[in-house]
This record gives sequence, C-alpha cells and structure tokens, in this order.
Amino acid sequence: MGLELYLDLLSQPCRAIYIFAKKNGIPFELRTVDLIKGQHLSDAFSQVNPLKKVPALKDGDFTLSESVAILLYLTHKYKVPDHWYPQDLQARARVDEYLAWQHTTLRRSCLRALWHKVMFPVFLGEPVSPQTLAATLAELDVNVQLLEDKFLQNKAFLAGPHISLADLVAITELMHPVGAGCQVFKGRPKLAAWRNRMEAAVGEDLFQEAHEIILKAKDFPPADPTTKQKLMPRVLAMIQ
Amino acid sequence: MALELYMDLLSAPCRAVYIFSKKHDISFNFQFVDLLKGHHHSKEYIDINPLRKLPSLKDGKFVLTESVSILSYLCRKYSAPLHWYPPDLHTRARVEEFMAWQHTAFQLPMKRIVWLKLLIPKITGEEVSAEKIDHAVAEVKNSLKLFEEYFLQDKMFITGDQISLADLVAVVEIMQPMAANYNAFLNSSKLAEWRKRVELSIGSGLFMEAHSRLMQLADWDFSTLDPVVKENISELLKKSK
Repeated sequence: MGLELYLDLLSQPCRAIYIFAKKNGIPFELRTVDLIKGQHLSDAFSQVNPLKKVPALKDGDFTLSESVAILLYLTHKYKVPDHWYPQDLQARARVDEYLAWQHTTLRRSCLRALWHKVMFPVFLGEPVSPQTLAATLAELDVNVQLLEDKFLQNKAFLAGPHISLADLVAITELMHPVGAGCQVFKGRPKLAAWRNRMEAAVGEDLFQEAHEIILKAKDFPPADPTTKQKLMPRVLAMIQ
Repeated sequence: MALELYMDLLSAPCRAVYIFSKKHDISFNFQFVDLLKGHHHSKEYIDINPLRKLPSLKDGKFVLTESVSILSYLCRKYSAPLHWYPPDLHTRARVEEFMAWQHTAFQLPMKRIVWLKLLIPKITGEEVSAEKIDHAVAEVKNSLKLFEEYFLQDKMFITGDQISLADLVAVVEIMQPMAANYNAFLNSSKLAEWRKRVELSIGSGLFMEAHSRLMQLADWDFSTLDPVVKENISELLKKSK
C-alpha cells in the first residue's frame, strides 16, 4: 500500500496538504474523512490517528498527525523544489517561524470566525451572541494585519521572493473566514496581491478545487440531533 | 558580534532555548527582558520584536522569534549532536509532530493553571472559582494522558533511546504549573521517571538553574508589578469573562 492521506477539505490544514501533494506530483490515495458526519470519531479512523484529528498520513506502517509535520515529511521524502523549505539557514528559519506562530494566532482566529459566523448558527443550530462574533472578528482582524505587517511586509511571499510552506499554510487558513463571508482582503492591497500570486503559483484549477467545499460552508444542511450531540464536545474544545 | 538571546526564564519557551544554548556551550549574551517589569513593552524591545513576545534571537542583523524556530536554527547553525533533531525521516517526523501539537495542547493549558491558581489571585486579589480551576486541571490531565499514550508510550524518550528537542520542549512546559504549586509529574510514575531521565540528560545543575526564577514566582512581591502589565492583564481578564 502506498502513501495514504486522510483528509477532509473542509479543514484548513488538510487543504494545505492536498494542494502541496498535488502540486508536487506526489502519488497518494485520498482517504476522505467526513468531519460533519463525525467520521473522525470512528474506531476505524482511530487506528490511523488515535488523536482523532485530520489530517493524518499513513505510509506503510508509519502513521503521522499534525499538518506541519506532514508537510515537512512530504518535503523531505519527495525532494520537492528547494523554495518550499529552503536549505539556507535563515530562509528556512523564516518558514519555521511562521509555521510555529500561526497555531495559536491566525489558525485559531480563522477557525473561530468560521464557527461563530456560520457553523454554529447554520450547521449546529446554536445561536452565537453578537458580542462573541464581534470579538472573534476583531481578533481575526488583528491577526490578519499581523500577517501583512510582520510576515509579508513588502516581500512577494512570506519567507522571501519565492512561495514556501508558510504561504500555503497561511492562504488555506484565510480561506476559512472567506468561506464564512468575511472580506479579509478588503482594504489590504498588499495581501490581496499576495493572494493572487499564491493562486497563480499553485495553479488556479488546483486552488479552486481545494477550496470548493469551504466556499460552500454556508450551504451545509443542519446537523441532525445525534450528529450534533456527537460533535459538540470536540467542537467546543477545538475552538477554545 | 555575539548572538543575543532575549529571554525571561519565567517563560517555558525561553527555558528551552536557554537550556539548549548552555548545554551546547553556545556563546550568547543573555538579554534579560523582565516580564514582571513590563520590559517586553519597552520601545527597545518592541524594536526587536513588535509582537512583544519572548524569546527572540538576534544574530547580527538577523532577528528570529518563536522558540521552535530558534531551537531548529541553533541546532543547525551550531551542529548539535544529531539525536536532538534526528535526520532519519520517521524519527524527525515524530519530533516535528510533537513540536506542532504542543502549541495548543500543552502550552495553553499549562499556562492557564499558573494564571488561574496564582497570577489572577495575586494580581487582582480575587480567587478564581473552583469550577474554572477544576476545568483547567482536567485539561492538563487530558493533555498529559495524550502525551504519555501517544508521544512517549513505553520509550525512554519521545523518539526512542535518546533525548531530542521534543523532550526539552515538553519538560519545560510541564514544569510551568510548578509556579502555582501544581506538580503535574505526580500524575504518573512513567511521567516522573521520564522527567528524571530528561533532567539527567540536560544536567541537573543546569535544569535547576533554568527553573529557579519560576519556582520563586509565588514569593514575588506582586504589589510591585509594573502598572502597564497590570493594566493589560486586567483588560484581558475583562474580555475573557
């Protein structure tokens, strides 16, 4: 059995891995784990990832979780072009720096924006107070601004003149609030220009394909009570 | 021009960078950025790191933040022994997996204990509800359970027989609640034994030295807390209510 990638393109980190693998011609079997059906909570999936999260990788007997680790694994194993994770000491450090920073900042904000604006009210049927939503969107705003001011600055891409893992992780994150109807690029010409460069570098078709699901998040049918009960505790823990 | 490391050993990520640098005899200037005195909000420090967080590294003109990134940088630049960040594809992936996971699963819950049990009461004079504390403790216990079952398992260290960056980052995080008199190592003998092994690998003297400021935090005179820091904290607390 070759490389298997357990993904749901609803999830931001899964999109980064999907795009990376496809862009670099890495052969893999896509194993879809349907999050809104709670498939990540199944016993079968916990054999692949006991932490019950996507993305997950299975390469023969070797299993791996955490998107940053998976991206790095694919980078090392498949010897992708250097610009994705440069050999140069300082250039690589810049990529590592972004990949470390984003966990508790942009990722968290993007996740909360989607859930507070769309997924709680539409999918789970749980109202979200205007204050909570406002606070979440304000925090998102702060983190998107940091992305532009501290990481992008006047460069073409986050870590320098070429696209890297950092850009891929960042753009797939930002598409989460975009899917929720937030206009994160509005009034941010530098970031909008970067987004266009990203889409061109990745390839428009691949970019659209990876984001088809998230862009339809507003149209998800409401969850039935059983599914809702199953998903709620972990959702609440996830967006803390 | 020597390497500059901007740190306060109250912070777990700073301790990881400090311990690693001392252990490998990396020559650096310890730029003490006193969190309790609000020095991370000073103009001098904001020039170094506008995010006002610790640690930061300055190597000539090159400035780097995020401890995980700094540790990798030091490993590569100073050619640390390979077991710290093994080149083998699978072993290395295990280090990277832990380093990614710990940001949300470890650092946040461990910090929360110190806030709820020590800092908030000392700074505001108000105790935090038992319910909130119990919830935070449950979260820590859950993270430690996952750590033992998924990352450590029955191995000596996270990657196997030798210490790596993952163990270093893990141990300094689990030490954090000690400031609030919460000894997370009491939960299991496996965890306690792993801690002893990590401590011995690092060197007990260095380990103790790195943790001494943390261990004395409860005795610090909080009435002298910098007003800007106090204000920021009060704002944060109001928002989280």
